[in-house]
Amino acid sequence: MIRKVRPHITQNEDLIFERSSPGKIGYQLPALDVPAVDPKAALGSDNVRDEIADFPEVSEVEVIRHFTRLSTWNYAIDLGMYPLGSCTMKYNPRVNELVARLDGMAWAHPYQPEELSQGSMEVVAQLEQALLEITGLDAVTLQPAAGAHGELTGILLVRALLESRGNPRKRILVPDSAHGTNPATAMMAGYTVGNIKSNAKGLMDVEQLARIVDEDVAAVMVTNPSTLGVFEENIVQCAEILHAKGAMLYMDGANMNALVGLARPGDFGVDVMHINLHKTFSTPHGGGGPGGGPVAVTKALEPFLPTPRLAKKGADWTWNYDLPQSIGRVRAFYGNFGVLVRALAYIMAHGGPGLRNATIDALLNANYIRYKLAPYFDLPYDSPNMHEVVFSDQRQAKKGVRTGDMAKRLIDYGFHPYTVSFPTIVHGALMIEPTETESKMELDLFIDAMISIAKEVDDEPELLKNAPHLTRTKRVDETGAARRPVLRWNPK
Amino acid sequence: MTYPDNLRYTKEHEWTLVEGDAATIGITDHAQKELGDIVFVDLPKVGAKIEQGKTFGSVESVKAVSDVYSPISGEVLEVNELLASAPEKLNEDPHGAAWLIKVRMTAPEQIKNLLSAQEYQDYVGAES
Amino acid sequence: MRYLPKSDSERQEMLAACGFTRSEELFQQLPKDAVLDRPLNIAAGVSEYEIIDFFREQSARNANGYASFLGAGVYNHYRPVMADVVVSRGEFLTSYTPYQAEISQGTLTAIFEFQTMICQLTGMDVANASMYDGSTAVPEAAMMAVRITGRSKVLVSRTVHPEYREVLSTYARYQGMPVAEFGYVAGTGQVDLEDLGAKLDDDTAAVIVQSPNFFGIVDQVAEAARLAHQSGALLVLVFAEAVALGILEPSHEADIVAGELQSFAISPSYGGPYAGIIATHEKYVRQIPGRLVGQTVDMDGNRAYCLTLSTREQHIRREKATSNICTNQALIALMATVFLEVYGKQGLRELALQNLSKAHYLASKVKPHFTGPFFNEFVVSGNVEKVNQELLAKKIIGGYPLAKHYPELKDTMLVCATEMTKRESMDILAEALS
Repeated sequence: MIRKVRPHITQNEDLIFERSSPGKIGYQLPALDVPAVDPKAALGSDNVRDEIADFPEVSEVEVIRHFTRLSTWNYAIDLGMYPLGSCTMKYNPRVNELVARLDGMAWAHPYQPEELSQGSMEVVAQLEQALLEITGLDAVTLQPAAGAHGELTGILLVRALLESRGNPRKRILVPDSAHGTNPATAMMAGYTVGNIKSNAKGLMDVEQLARIVDEDVAAVMVTNPSTLGVFEENIVQCAEILHAKGAMLYMDGANMNALVGLARPGDFGVDVMHINLHKTFSTPHGGGGPGGGPVAVTKALEPFLPTPRLAKKGADWTWNYDLPQSIGRVRAFYGNFGVLVRALAYIMAHGGPGLRNATIDALLNANYIRYKLAPYFDLPYDSPNMHEVVFSDQRQAKKGVRTGDMAKRLIDYGFHPYTVSFPTIVHGALMIEPTETESKMELDLFIDAMISIAKEVDDEPELLKNAPHLTRTKRVDETGAARRPVLRWNPK
Repeated sequence: MTYPDNLRYTKEHEWTLVEGDAATIGITDHAQKELGDIVFVDLPKVGAKIEQGKTFGSVESVKAVSDVYSPISGEVLEVNELLASAPEKLNEDPHGAAWLIKVRMTAPEQIKNLLSAQEYQDYVGAES
Repeated sequence: MRYLPKSDSERQEMLAACGFTRSEELFQQLPKDAVLDRPLNIAAGVSEYEIIDFFREQSARNANGYASFLGAGVYNHYRPVMADVVVSRGEFLTSYTPYQAEISQGTLTAIFEFQTMICQLTGMDVANASMYDGSTAVPEAAMMAVRITGRSKVLVSRTVHPEYREVLSTYARYQGMPVAEFGYVAGTGQVDLEDLGAKLDDDTAAVIVQSPNFFGIVDQVAEAARLAHQSGALLVLVFAEAVALGILEPSHEADIVAGELQSFAISPSYGGPYAGIIATHEKYVRQIPGRLVGQTVDMDGNRAYCLTLSTREQHIRREKATSNICTNQALIALMATVFLEVYGKQGLRELALQNLSKAHYLASKVKPHFTGPFFNEFVVSGNVEKVNQELLAKKIIGGYPLAKHYPELKDTMLVCATEMTKRESMDILAEALS
């Protein structure tokens, strides 16, 4: 008996191109108040296109039905818990959406005069201030558009500082439990990548670190808490080892939701880090973006931050472009401003004490799941966890059921799957992050679902192999999609 | 699975068939099983130089990429066009129709370093 | 707190279930020297009303009710109501990246339509599911050309958006990808083909041009492409004003198109979030960065969509990935999708024609600085600082002065007219410039 969901009817819907018929329209422009120009005369006939073949022609009614129908095929936080480890899928407050759409915010042109942009700049200033307090670092840029973009910015900053000291060095070290973006970033910044093996606790091995950090190492990129959800207990020592060798500690802030108000990276030795506004600070994921990836740094790295930076000119805010040591721009304009608005609104809603309470609730939720599910699933690392918990499918694998199968079955119970097979240091990982915005009732439903699935593995493992069974779309053929890619619609 | 005696093998799971100074190279049945459903095969161009022990291409499943290492050094004579349109052949006939490349060997003595069918069988048995 | 759905007694119950009595025990494992021993110095939380009030106040300090001639990469286009209606649906707004295809068909289908329409607009075979924005799409396209050609250098036209070029040089610096610029013809405002020809060599991977270019001028893409191809380089075509795609012939010569979609119902929002795209020919699909959605079937044989060719990406290939890009701009791309479906075949063309007509009306009153054909913005000369100050008094934001990025274009500015620009404001601008 599944308590959370039962199937309901969803509408079928063709692609918009298949709904199209010549002559239908969904728009009306105002009457032109100037003479119409012949495009061929204005642009040259070679430069003017014919009508766009097969482009949609539909009415407004069809557009709203189209997207409403499609929307019902999605799972979403607004429907229920999203236990995706490492993704911090928390509630996205709606007031944030409202304030980002206020005319003065939404219609601000990035090149409008500074005296007519003071409101936007104040928002940037207040968010910068709050993020510095939260990270315990000295300076911050809000320009990067997402986490990986922040990583690139951060490593470029490291490189610029080391270069200014005479040697950019050669290598970035990354723990084997790291996100895939970390090594990809290091390469983009012109570094080679070395691996740090995790110790028996799944944490960075301090002795190994001391052994392998030499004058060629520019930085270590570490996620803290690690992707196991465990706080790097020797992080202060690790930072000391690095600093003694002139190397830097980069922190991937993907798991910052475990730390806000409890511990500050700047206080435990981090030199540079990025923050994911679309994780910790509640800006909506939107099916994969936009995000925001501010980068906070120590004093030593500040001169290299991307241009421009916000500064005071008398009582007013101004953009300072006079930054001779800057790494340059990483994005046009000032970053994903609309995302910054939402993040600040979130911080204001919680306030300082409230942010800490949110963090504690995130820890409580993860621990509650851990204690409730530990009898049913193998816990490969038993260090105390923070905001997420990682089980393995070791017990279920004996019955031929893997983490991916259980994840798909979870869909039938009305939940989005947890993160599957990551971190890779855990064989067959189930990585679960509830966030603070789940009620006890929702957590209990999740726990019941997981226990029920564990029982199904014993009783009828075949049930899990082809799950989900209750969705309108069944397991999709990803192999076929990759073998013969069809990446656009074509008329028959 | 029995591995054909006329092929030589590497610990990285490639096989080689020597005919005169030419060699055909592929990946083993063990390799294709480990990868699962193969969706794409990336191979060098004809004329490319390859070196023993160095990667010359890759084989992809939906969620994994595996480099292919050359068992011998040489120059690429021919690339198996079949795999561009039908990568699944690599799952079906890895030791036959789904060979990867043919090369002219520049150091035929390297063959001696490769494993025999029995040695490979033992190695794979030990690995799994 | 309203975002935390638990009562204190539930918290106690849950703590007890974990074997704890106090919530501090949840983080007792943190090393003492790492723990923050004081409250965060951030004001206490406030109500919804106070949040709105604060942002209204800030909003009022920005320009409100001004007419504007600013373009320069960010355009004032009308945003159909439908765009916000659709993206405000929680099923789109609050969903994750569609890795779990069975419960993400809404997002996946919309992206598939998006990719299709970007192909139709650009004349390319394949488009990705979006990039951060136009400025970051440019270096990603350049890196893609480097991978395809096995060459290292990039030549970029000075008529490409100055901030895009700045981003390109930041990305390029440490990748062994030297970037050089080539000039424009002082009279036409189009690429200087002679300068390009002289700078091309057999290590040039990409020639990057923009059309309409930063001066608003439809540039000589075919000619630049011919030169690029003669020396074995790829032509990367950049666009910043996507509405122009509604009227401009797509390039038959470009190898990679990198663009910014802000014009498609994405509010200016002080510079972001926007959405970029990269589109290319089928033969280069494995080198394209970012996410791709492909068509397939499910176990019942029904048509379905999923993320595909993900072995290109960082979460699988790690340091060998085509890019470190992870997030795309799905929700912003969805806005653009809604926009394109609302306007459709006729609407997009009519919209482009209105933009063209408005700008040419303005040009009939104010002489453009360059002679090249332009779409909806162009460069004018005059005492631009003074003119812009005068206009502000009339609640009009003037053009974008070019001297900052083009010292040789002192006393010029870029002015833009869209379907939102009223004839009366254009008359005032013309008057001020005369």
